[in-house]
Amino acid sequence: MTAKTTASGVAYDVQGTQGDLARRDAAMQAFVQDFAKTAAIHMESCLRCGMCATACQFYVGTGDPKYTPINKLKPFEQAYHRHVGPFAPLYRLFGIGSNVNVEMLQEWEALLFDACSLCGRCTLACPMGIDISELIKEARHGMYKAGLVPDRLELMDRTAKAWGSPATPSDDFADIIKDAGEENGVPMNIDLPKADYVITTAPAELTEHTKALADIAKILNKIGASWTYSSEGFEASNIGYINGDLELQEKMTRKMIDNAIAIGAHTLILPECGHAYGAARWEAARWYGGKIPLKIIHMTEFLDEVVASGKITLKQIGETTSFHDPCQLARRGGVVEAPRAVLKALGLEIKELEDHGALAWCCGGGGGVVSNTRADPLRYKAFELKKKQFEGANAQRFVTACGQCRITLTLGAKHFKWDKKVESLLELVADNMIV
Amino acid sequence: MDLLTFARGPALEIAMAIFVIGVLWRMVGVLSLPAWRDDSPPRKGAPPAWLAALQAIFGKMAPHRTFLKAGMFTTINGYVFHIGLAICVFAFAPHILFLKSLFGLSWPALPSGMIFAVGAVTAGSLIAALIYRLTSPVLKLISRGNDYISWGLTFLPVVTGLAAASHIGARYETLLAIHILSICVFLAWFPFGKLMHAFLFVFSRGATGIRFRHRGAQI
Repeated sequence: MTAKTTASGVAYDVQGTQGDLARRDAAMQAFVQDFAKTAAIHMESCLRCGMCATACQFYVGTGDPKYTPINKLKPFEQAYHRHVGPFAPLYRLFGIGSNVNVEMLQEWEALLFDACSLCGRCTLACPMGIDISELIKEARHGMYKAGLVPDRLELMDRTAKAWGSPATPSDDFADIIKDAGEENGVPMNIDLPKADYVITTAPAELTEHTKALADIAKILNKIGASWTYSSEGFEASNIGYINGDLELQEKMTRKMIDNAIAIGAHTLILPECGHAYGAARWEAARWYGGKIPLKIIHMTEFLDEVVASGKITLKQIGETTSFHDPCQLARRGGVVEAPRAVLKALGLEIKELEDHGALAWCCGGGGGVVSNTRADPLRYKAFELKKKQFEGANAQRFVTACGQCRITLTLGAKHFKWDKKVESLLELVADNMIV
Repeated sequence: MDLLTFARGPALEIAMAIFVIGVLWRMVGVLSLPAWRDDSPPRKGAPPAWLAALQAIFGKMAPHRTFLKAGMFTTINGYVFHIGLAICVFAFAPHILFLKSLFGLSWPALPSGMIFAVGAVTAGSLIAALIYRLTSPVLKLISRGNDYISWGLTFLPVVTGLAAASHIGARYETLLAIHILSICVFLAWFPFGKLMHAFLFVFSRGATGIRFRHRGAQI
């Protein structure tokens, strides 16, 4: 791994020892590999109207046109037109658009990884409905194969391959669970052979938010559920999904699902993590190879279910709050009402941000941006948009349902010396549950 | 063979053949690619795929209010020249006669004076779109040759049509021949460039509609 700078001064990281041509070809080929109908329709349809720029936090935050979402795909337009598009033979025959070189890919590394959180807001702004965010995921696959990924993300990738999680070795998982139980006075279940519910985690719970491990256990114990954590398949955040490492994405997905099936679970509960929801709820079936014989739900959906069914009752907090919608949960996952129903059950009056629900601004740290420290200055620009909207809503509390969003917003608050605490919906429910 | 006979005859026939074959080639080329199977269970209450596609196709006719603030010019000007072009193409009596000769269908025309006015507004709107493309830092960066060619080949039939209708610059027959030839070039370019969005928008929006509504997400 080596950190370098392009001729125009853009920082990039490089992995492996491939030559420049091999690197470029690997990127192009990986991008078009298994190119599907919807992606092709979207590659064909751009009007170059620039509406996507108005939706991107990194463009709006900086005013720099290079952050226009569709521009982030520029090197990959060539790959599509030369190898997949209906006129590919003409492109190759006349040498149209053959100007991509490895320097361009190096330059674009930061646009694809530092300046895109895969939040998908651009998709909603596009008059043609082009799912730019999904195309950027495909482009990241090309970059991964070319060995042009931010080192911090590549490190997480290698760690996940070695440990089964980017946060902790699988061997230590049981100890972390036991410690969280002891620290919070909650009986924990770990590695039970059979259970109805399997609880999964994301790196945030295993590092900064370990109380969340006990919070969900407290709720499951209260409703008398049969549940367990499992050292064999606990990691749900799926760094392969973020990095474009599709082989790892498949491996992580299958490990988690196969394990839950072996335990006989009817429900797999995903942690408070947006990307886990995207990877498991909507994409797992693709890697599993068909319909998955168990229910996969986000923590927020589970909380909504137990609150709505009356299985738990909550103390009334009686304050005002704004809710930060995690992009993968709300915009790309359709879970908008569930967290609001839970907040209302907590006796909280919701003061909505100017842009909320499907149209909410990203925290700025999704898609691996928060882990990629090189992107910190850009991330702070995105945070300023969020901070301004929160201040406009004038609520007493600020709640979210994604550990990575929470970390990103907390880091932003710290940077700007903003004294607002970002709270977890799960934590609020667990703390205010009438035992 | 004089210019008008050439334009009305072989030129138009060749252009239409390129248009039809090219459009079919591009659409089949894209739509014949394999699709990922989505075996994830749909959100409770998710509409069937056809309805989800329709919701997106029509729902995307207007941007979300939050994007409209920054995209006001693009949106309104886009509507002006699209509607203007539609009126000029489909509501001008000579065009209706031509379309009747092709498809056997006809409908009432708008007065020529009104079409002329709409054509002038359309030309102005297209010029405004070009100026915006040339001056907006975002559009300058993301524009390709395709965008400028497509703009030029859309603009030409409008101005040559206006010239023919007002008999300015040359004999009417010559102006009409030039107008028809400009349409021939437009038709021949259509399948290869961004003008194809006239067909692609249905599939592009529809595909995202199906993906998002399956998840219970807003489009």
